[in-house]
Amino acid sequence: MSDMPLLRVNAVSKFYGSRIGCQNVSFELWPGEVLAVVGESGSGKTTLLDCLATRLAPSTGSVEYRMRDGQFRDLYRMSEAERRFLMRTDWGFVHQNPADGLRMTVSAGANVGERLMAVGDRHYGNIRAAAADWLGRVEIAADRIDDQPRAFSGGMRQRLQIARNLVTNPRLVFMDEPTGGLDVSVQARLLDLLRGLVSDLGLAAIVVTHDLAVARLLSHRMMVMKDGRIVETGLTDRVLDDPQAPYTQLLVSSILQV
Amino acid sequence: MPTPLVVSDVAKSFTMHLRDGVRLPVVANVSFSIKSGECAVLGGPSGAGKSSILKMVYGNYAVDNGQIIVPYRDKLIDVAGADPRTMIGIRRDMIGYVSQFLRTVPRVSALDVVAEPLVARGVDRTDARHKAAALLTELNLPERLWSLPPATFSGGEQQRVNIARGFITDHPILLLDEPTASLDLQNRDVVVSMIQRKKDEGIAMLGIFHDQDVREAVADRIIDVTAFAVPNGAAA
Repeated sequence: MSDMPLLRVNAVSKFYGSRIGCQNVSFELWPGEVLAVVGESGSGKTTLLDCLATRLAPSTGSVEYRMRDGQFRDLYRMSEAERRFLMRTDWGFVHQNPADGLRMTVSAGANVGERLMAVGDRHYGNIRAAAADWLGRVEIAADRIDDQPRAFSGGMRQRLQIARNLVTNPRLVFMDEPTGGLDVSVQARLLDLLRGLVSDLGLAAIVVTHDLAVARLLSHRMMVMKDGRIVETGLTDRVLDDPQAPYTQLLVSSILQV
Repeated sequence: MPTPLVVSDVAKSFTMHLRDGVRLPVVANVSFSIKSGECAVLGGPSGAGKSSILKMVYGNYAVDNGQIIVPYRDKLIDVAGADPRTMIGIRRDMIGYVSQFLRTVPRVSALDVVAEPLVARGVDRTDARHKAAALLTELNLPERLWSLPPATFSGGEQQRVNIARGFITDHPILLLDEPTASLDLQNRDVVVSMIQRKKDEGIAMLGIFHDQDVREAVADRIIDVTAFAVPNGAAA
């Protein structure tokens, strides 16, 4: 682990008119760290994620990212082109709905290869080999490389989206409900895959989820949000096993035992 | 003899916000320290707060007040106030924990569950698996189970996986929450000899053992947890 954070978030707020999206959020994320942001619908967790991933400009506050040269840059003072380049290379974004993160009418191999071409790879053989390698790592059979994701199941589409995001060796991945909408058995497989990839690659990740079991399995630490504010933070197992805030206690006690 | 764990004046209570903020005191004025090579056992009836003390030392439970001091990277760190990143490092390098029950992850084999704490410290995966295999052999877990995820194992089999996982590293502090509860006699003896070996290596251990024979075999000292009871259940 490096001795500098990868991301510094300072007092980020987002207002929609007089309504609060998220308010006064500050934290640091370190290399290799997985942070879960949990809360119910409307708690502001997706607004926060979008503010961090430069998909939505915050009303106030700053988000700084440590570039590969070691310099911190304020994301909202970069040019649009620089931000896009970062999104395509050093970052990944895994959407809840794979159709939002994939191109549904080009082949699986092209979906993965496209990200490589965006960082300047032009050798067709290399690109195809890297795509095939990544499809294997996310457990998609080699003979599906020329199929379009339209023909894939939901779980396969999600795994393809993950391959597309990780092929450029990003250092930071944002995930918005990565297992939402999948069958439980498909979820388990995906979670296990994500858990392995995140630890093998030493990725830093911010995972937004309303599912505390997903947070327990994937994250090192956790932030609980309610009404746009952070109500509790800490080690994931501490927050879940000894919740302090009234709202966290309510969330944890509402989990159905199987 | 170095003293890697010093607990002083620690108090713990639970505030149940969903029950009108009722406060349940657990322990207060918890003070003790453990030397390298020593195995101290928390004694007292169920509900006295033994597991809560272990969980506070591991950072799994929050601490109301007091200090839990552990040396880490040439500094003394108070676990009670450590930030999550420091605590993750302390768990990786300083404090190991054998919990009562194994929390299984789907699709990860028993061998990899055991090897994981070494891999997390940067040990080569093949070497870590070799060491895991040796421990599972010592604990008499049949080899045909090693490649399977432990979710479907019996209680005793899961516990042995858990013990192997906790003992595979050389964490200077090792917390043991009833590691022998569901083991047969033969495997209980194996665990007793593994604890003895940890003592010889200078590991400081803090444990809970309900089994009297095991307790007598491993304990250098009993820490009576009833001495930390909160008077009349009043707020500490």
